[in-house]
Amino acid sequence: MDDIVLETRGLTKRYGGVHALEDADFILRKGEHVAVVGDNGAGKSTFVRQITAVEQKSAGQILLDGREVNFAGPLEAREAGIETVFQTLALADDLDVPSNLFLGRELFRFRLGPFSILDRKQMRERTLEALKTTAVKIPNVDNPIRNMSGGQRQCVAIARTAAFASKLVIMDEPTAALGVQETAQVENIIRGLKDRGVPLILISHNLRQVFDLVDRIVVFRRGRIVASLRKDETDGNDIVSYITGVKGVAEVA
Amino acid sequence: MTEASHGLGGLKYDPRKKERPQELNVFLALVLIVVVFELIGRVFMGDSFLFNTRDNVDTLFNNQRLSIIILQVSIVGIIALGVTQVIITGGIDLSSGSIVGVTAMVAMSFAQTAMVNGNPNPKAIFGEGLMDLPVLVPLLVGLVCGLVAGFINGALIAYTRIPPFIATLGMMVTARGAAKWWSKGNPISFPTEQYSAIGQGMNPVLIFVALALLFHCVMTYTRYGKHCYAIGSNEAAARMSGINVNAHKVLVYTIAGTLAALAAVVLSSKNLTAQAGMGVMYELDAIAMAVIGGISLSGGRGSILGTVLGALIFGVIISGFTFLKLDAYYQEMVKGIIIVAAVVLDQWRQRSRVRG
Ligand SMILES: Nc1ncnc2c1ncn2[C@@H]1O[C@H](COP(=O)(O)OP(=O)(O)OP(=O)(O)O)[C@@H](O)[C@H]1O
Ligand SMILES: [Mg+2]
Repeated sequence: MDDIVLETRGLTKRYGGVHALEDADFILRKGEHVAVVGDNGAGKSTFVRQITAVEQKSAGQILLDGREVNFAGPLEAREAGIETVFQTLALADDLDVPSNLFLGRELFRFRLGPFSILDRKQMRERTLEALKTTAVKIPNVDNPIRNMSGGQRQCVAIARTAAFASKLVIMDEPTAALGVQETAQVENIIRGLKDRGVPLILISHNLRQVFDLVDRIVVFRRGRIVASLRKDETDGNDIVSYITGVKGVAEVA
Repeated sequence: MTEASHGLGGLKYDPRKKERPQELNVFLALVLIVVVFELIGRVFMGDSFLFNTRDNVDTLFNNQRLSIIILQVSIVGIIALGVTQVIITGGIDLSSGSIVGVTAMVAMSFAQTAMVNGNPNPKAIFGEGLMDLPVLVPLLVGLVCGLVAGFINGALIAYTRIPPFIATLGMMVTARGAAKWWSKGNPISFPTEQYSAIGQGMNPVLIFVALALLFHCVMTYTRYGKHCYAIGSNEAAARMSGINVNAHKVLVYTIAGTLAALAAVVLSSKNLTAQAGMGVMYELDAIAMAVIGGISLSGGRGSILGTVLGALIFGVIISGFTFLKLDAYYQEMVKGIIIVAAVVLDQWRQRSRVRG
């Protein structure tokens, strides 16, 4: 059982009276790509926010490489190797592309606590490299990203994740705002992660994409995991019936 | 980067075309205002605003007026440097004027001489023991005053989630009270020679310019500056990216408080006296300089250079009104109108950028 990268046991999150996530038992194995699907408000993003410690869970355990982790904040999760594209993208609009890529883990020329001198040249170069490997086209990386299209901004967030990925990548609806070509690019980035053996949790409403890309599909419904199915033992109609609740609680792998 | 000349969606993109920097607009506004005063002066007063018109002085510009302009904005300008950093993180600091008051009182009381014209100092607070101290003592005591006040501001805002407006309003009232309590409302005068030297002549200008350069570099080249912009731009994103937003806010307000304290030392040294009412409304003047300089009140945008230009505009307008021999009442009113106009302009600019 030591090929398990990430495991959650009884992961639960309540916002006051709202049970956004309940008793989620989830397993992600080495190199595995898993899709998380479910209706709006099913608790998918909430699930991500607990794993990445953007919020503190109400109950349950998170295990990384078999060891229980209790991240105090998102930086610790990132340092442990979990990279995330949040649904809200988590970009600073007034900063340029390199600053966004390296936000929170800048490169320095000279260390001086909070007043450490930034190595802007190297950050810029590595940004161009990262964008090249992800085939993302940004006209001018030195402009604040506020002036970029929704798709370009999304590409910046994805490039950030792909460039730093080490242990695990989570993408919350990464192609939601993208056109046909750009969606294809992002899907290529995801295939690249698969080739590199980087495990992935992909949240998506696009079932075509899900069946194209991942090995296993986990269905959320009203804050609970109601199904976990290998791609070759299910089909679109089956998944939809779990999402809409036509089929009930199923075998959970 | 020619291969990137096509953006997403195949749009043509000209990499040479850049957004016009905000500071250039502010600079043009400064030039425009000077020109307007010059024209009004020539037409209605028969005098020049900018140029020297006296025969007995041999300079091109009216150096006296120009030096008064920069001298009178430099002390509030020092405060505005800190306020700029606060506003860039999306906050506001209303306490700087009161921090000036309390710091001036405390620092001055550590800077007194024992003898004034051969008589013992009548205003002594601590008695003979703490008189004639080396200048470093009042300077450090003063800076620590501002540092502590700023730290309290920052800690309240970061850890109790009180809105910055309320937290610094509380500090504004409290610090002013402390300034009055310190010497039971009496002014404190007669500083040592060393202390009075700090703010003499054009020293305030030199201090302001040096600090402006320092903080320009800090905001442009260091992690601190980058995180200020990141937090002001999108605080949630900054948190998600792992920036310690709370610690950063404490640092920002602490620096702002310390700069206000430094302004207080310079001011009390220049005036050779400290009163509890010192620095009243300075917080608004400092905010005005920042806002005029293009610092967006919603955070994330602006620069130290902008604030320096804003301070100059501020000084030119005040001086221009004196030049046109308009009453001080008008100055106050126009100051208020300018602040509102600058904020309206910023809002308007922002709305024109919003996408669907
Ligand atoms: N901070 C919060 N406070 C209160 N309720 C919340 C909060 N965040 C999420 N919720 C609620 O939790 C539930 C799950 O939300 P979540 O964002 O996880 O849904 P989702 O599955 O990601 O949906 P979508 O597909 O629309 O992104 C929703 O009912 C939402 O209203
Ligand atoms: Mg979501």
